Amino acid sequence: MGAVLASEAAASTSFPLLAVLILLPFAGAALIGLVPRSRSEFFRPIAILTSVATGALSVYLLTQFDRDSAAYQFTIDHAWISDLGVRLHFGVDGISLFLLVLSGIMFPIAILAVKPHGDQKAYYAWMLVLMAGSMGVFTALDMLVFFVFFEIVLVPMYFLIGIWGYGERVYAATKFFLFTMFGSAFMLVGMIALAVLHQRETGSPLTFDIVTLATDQAVSTTAARWIFVAFAIAFAVKVPVFPLHTWLPDAHTQAPTAGSVILAAILLKFGTYGYLRFGLYLLPDAAAWAAPVMLTLGVIGITYGAICAAMQKDLKRLVAYSSIAHLGFIVLGTFSLTVQGITGGLLVMVNHGIATGALFLLVGIIYDRRHTRIIAELGGMQKAAPLLAGVFTFVMMASVGLPGLNGFPGEFLSLLGAFKGGRWWGVVAVTGVILAALYLLWAYQRVFHGPASGGNATMRDMDLKEFAVFVPLIGLIVFLGLFPGPMIETMEPSVKALVAHVQESSDNARADQPDIEKADVDNAEASASEHGSGTEGSAGSGASEGSSSGSGATSGEGHG
Amino acid sequence: MVALTTLLAASDAAIDTPDIDWSAIAPNLVLMLGGILLLTVVSLLKTRLPRWFCATWTVLVSLGAMAAVVPLWRRVQDSGPETAMGGAVGLDGYSLVIAANVCLAVIFGALLLKGYLEREQLEGPEWYVLLMLSASGAVTMASADDLIVLFVGLEIMSVAAYVLTAMHSRRISSQEAGMKYFLLGAFASAFLLYGIALTYGATGSTSLAKIQTYLSGTVISHSGLLLGGIAFMLVGLGFKIAAVPFHFWTPDVYQGSPSPITAYMSTAIKAAAFAAIVRVFVVALGPTQVNEWRPMVYGLAVLTLLVGSLFAISQTNVKRMLAYSSINHAGFVLIGVLANTPEGNSATLFYLVAYTFMAAGSFAVTTVVGRTGDGRHSLDDYRGLSKVRPGLALVFAVLLLSQAGVPLTVGFLSKFYVIQAALDSDFAGAGVLCVIAMLTAVISAFMYLKIVASMYFGDPVDADAPAIRIPASAGIALALAVAGVVVLGVLPGPLSDVVGDATAQLVAVIP
Repeated sequence: MGAVLASEAAASTSFPLLAVLILLPFAGAALIGLVPRSRSEFFRPIAILTSVATGALSVYLLTQFDRDSAAYQFTIDHAWISDLGVRLHFGVDGISLFLLVLSGIMFPIAILAVKPHGDQKAYYAWMLVLMAGSMGVFTALDMLVFFVFFEIVLVPMYFLIGIWGYGERVYAATKFFLFTMFGSAFMLVGMIALAVLHQRETGSPLTFDIVTLATDQAVSTTAARWIFVAFAIAFAVKVPVFPLHTWLPDAHTQAPTAGSVILAAILLKFGTYGYLRFGLYLLPDAAAWAAPVMLTLGVIGITYGAICAAMQKDLKRLVAYSSIAHLGFIVLGTFSLTVQGITGGLLVMVNHGIATGALFLLVGIIYDRRHTRIIAELGGMQKAAPLLAGVFTFVMMASVGLPGLNGFPGEFLSLLGAFKGGRWWGVVAVTGVILAALYLLWAYQRVFHGPASGGNATMRDMDLKEFAVFVPLIGLIVFLGLFPGPMIETMEPSVKALVAHVQESSDNARADQPDIEKADVDNAEASASEHGSGTEGSAGSGASEGSSSGSGATSGEGHG
Repeated sequence: MVALTTLLAASDAAIDTPDIDWSAIAPNLVLMLGGILLLTVVSLLKTRLPRWFCATWTVLVSLGAMAAVVPLWRRVQDSGPETAMGGAVGLDGYSLVIAANVCLAVIFGALLLKGYLEREQLEGPEWYVLLMLSASGAVTMASADDLIVLFVGLEIMSVAAYVLTAMHSRRISSQEAGMKYFLLGAFASAFLLYGIALTYGATGSTSLAKIQTYLSGTVISHSGLLLGGIAFMLVGLGFKIAAVPFHFWTPDVYQGSPSPITAYMSTAIKAAAFAAIVRVFVVALGPTQVNEWRPMVYGLAVLTLLVGSLFAISQTNVKRMLAYSSINHAGFVLIGVLANTPEGNSATLFYLVAYTFMAAGSFAVTTVVGRTGDGRHSLDDYRGLSKVRPGLALVFAVLLLSQAGVPLTVGFLSKFYVIQAALDSDFAGAGVLCVIAMLTAVISAFMYLKIVASMYFGDPVDADAPAIRIPASAGIALALAVAGVVVLGVLPGPLSDVVGDATAQLVAVIP
């Protein structure tokens, strides 16, 4: 009894930071709900205050994070649905930390940057619900709790696209909702199957706890593979991975600017984060088994997204397709199953969030002034709007992956991981880097260069207020480009633990069932150093070196 | 003369009147007496009763019946299930929860009827009387421990429901729905009765407990008779739960019925019929005959899920959409039945209670949006509802998203429970069925989103349409539905504990 009390006391002394991160935006949304519509002047300040406070808390969490530990930190564990063994279990490790902070930063920016037309009250309330849901997704350590947050964010996004969107917004909103739900249908069955099988194999009570399930690895190889397929479909929709991507261009293009920013920066990461948490961590052996397929799909995403982006007539659609390409790099890095690849994937997640978020904001600014996003109708805006052009150039360079800016280290490490994990996928994926430069530079040229006609010549430049929103983004782009080291080092313990977990589980599975076909990944580990040195002499041997070589290896990559 | 005397003596000995334990059927008695009392009072009084009286009376009677469930629930929890009326009525947690659920549906129906009858200028104690009588039939059916009692309960419930369906005398579609429901319902009842007869022929009893005992002790050499009995009973009960292919009446009847009656009918009747299915198939026949009925029910479940979702998406009438969605929900409950485990029974119970809040709430919305004449049910009538009636639109959106299975609503958890029960039971094809079910949930979601989209993303079409009035009683019903959907969705503990304890058990008859 005394021991129980002592441990409870120890738990209660630590401030439940994660609970506050999730509940604060919810509380803000509820507060907005209570304010009558006639007092519309309150909605925006409440939304800004709540989101900034949440963002500040997430940054505080970053500073308090123990960087040497691979364990889950700031954990909360409370009973929720007792007969199913569902617990409100939350925690952060090096993998989810930066995605959490990214949410904490992007939401205030998205809210600050855009003033919605129409109904203010519902808009800000939905934005805050979206924020709370995102915080929940990145911290949940119980499958069902994860699923709850994963699904609940559909509702605010559905309304954001449907009410405040453009053009074919109802179509886009419905498509977005149904595609995700289609994936979730598989995921839900997979989750329940995993929990039920775990219960049957171990004899322990039913649990949906991710950590327990991942540690026990009680499910048979065949079952684990089926369950992995179910998860993979769900996350493939969200990422989106090639054949299930068609909702994304519609949703991104028709969504209001803030919606596009959040979709690209945060919501897409649910999928890639899901691959890490539910694929590699929960079902490591099955993930290793599926790695060749996933790598192939990642590479298809990179090249297909890039080619489609180059063909787009609509600037926003172009950025949307570029997301598919960037997310392909994340899938590639993740399923290379190497420390470098996964670290790179995580970096791309964060950096794509910043750069593409910024690009969508810029496209939104252009649309507000010109009421068109068709590239052919724009042109020559550089003269009238030099500041806008400057910021656009800068963000675009980051997106292209110019060394020294934040896009580079992530893509580089993903490719490095891919070369180690599966050389030929890496080789094909490199073309994506070149294509990215092609479509973005070409788009920039068509929008900002050339003779200005009509409204483009007299366009209002970015004002200081608008520019102020970009200052933190630009700061992050430069900082993370020049000094990716601290971030990589913080991720490292968790990523290494994850890779070791995958390695160990697939070894065990092979020992149990010698006839399992080996994934290419396993062979690649032996010849890793050879591959690494073949491509990039200085940075082949480890993640920490990879990080420090960020700026040193720039000339070697040389695609800019 | 001598023969007659001996016959009389023999019959005196044979007819052993059972002890009547009135307290065991208290919920039933409250509902039935409440109905009869209202009818008597109304016919004896010379002056007309105020309108609020009948509705208040009905709600109070239902609450009284619910209150009568509580001591019985304690009794069952303390001393185990028991039998009453010589084995005709079984008293277990399952039947008691269903009884409370039926009372809940009556409360919804009565609350909605009050404003509805005023709006439609209809006279009305009979509506309420029939509502209570139908509910007493449903409770009888849910607690039946004997196939004959089950049939009697079903008929009491159904005949009242046929009349209620046709009660709106000025709406031709109401008459048509009533006629259709009656004819097809009578047909289905005949099937059920035939199935009961065949089962009796195969097992020598109509008592479910005796059937169970007999089948567990005897290997039937010619199972054709029993198989036929199972199949015909499935047809009869499948009709009541609107399982495909016995569903053809559902869209027409749900659409044509007065909306408050649809709210009652879609929930109470379905709950009672599912209780009967669980009692007959899982509890009585489950231990021995599961391999006989499971393929049939599996087929029904797949068809029900698919048709319920696929046919819904092309509809433009909201009541019809909801009718198809109720078919889809029936498919989900059937998954819980297929599990053939106590967990499966609990899951069906959870689903049925959740469904009562969702469906009754949704039909409450159609009741008020239908406006005078109860005819405005097309998707266009819902366009821009969020601008005219934001509160109502929000309520409907929550109810629809719950039906679609969005988390933090009870609709998600109810789907979760049945799927968990099915995967846990691990019968052949469980995984495939669960995937099919969730995919149909996505297809249904498309239909729900169509309604949500027209409420939120459109502008009102018909500017001259009369304003939507929400009577206070309907407002209470809507609030109750939304509260149930959200509270149980976030904190399912109380309900899941109750349904977990509500084991369906047959009571052996004391010989």
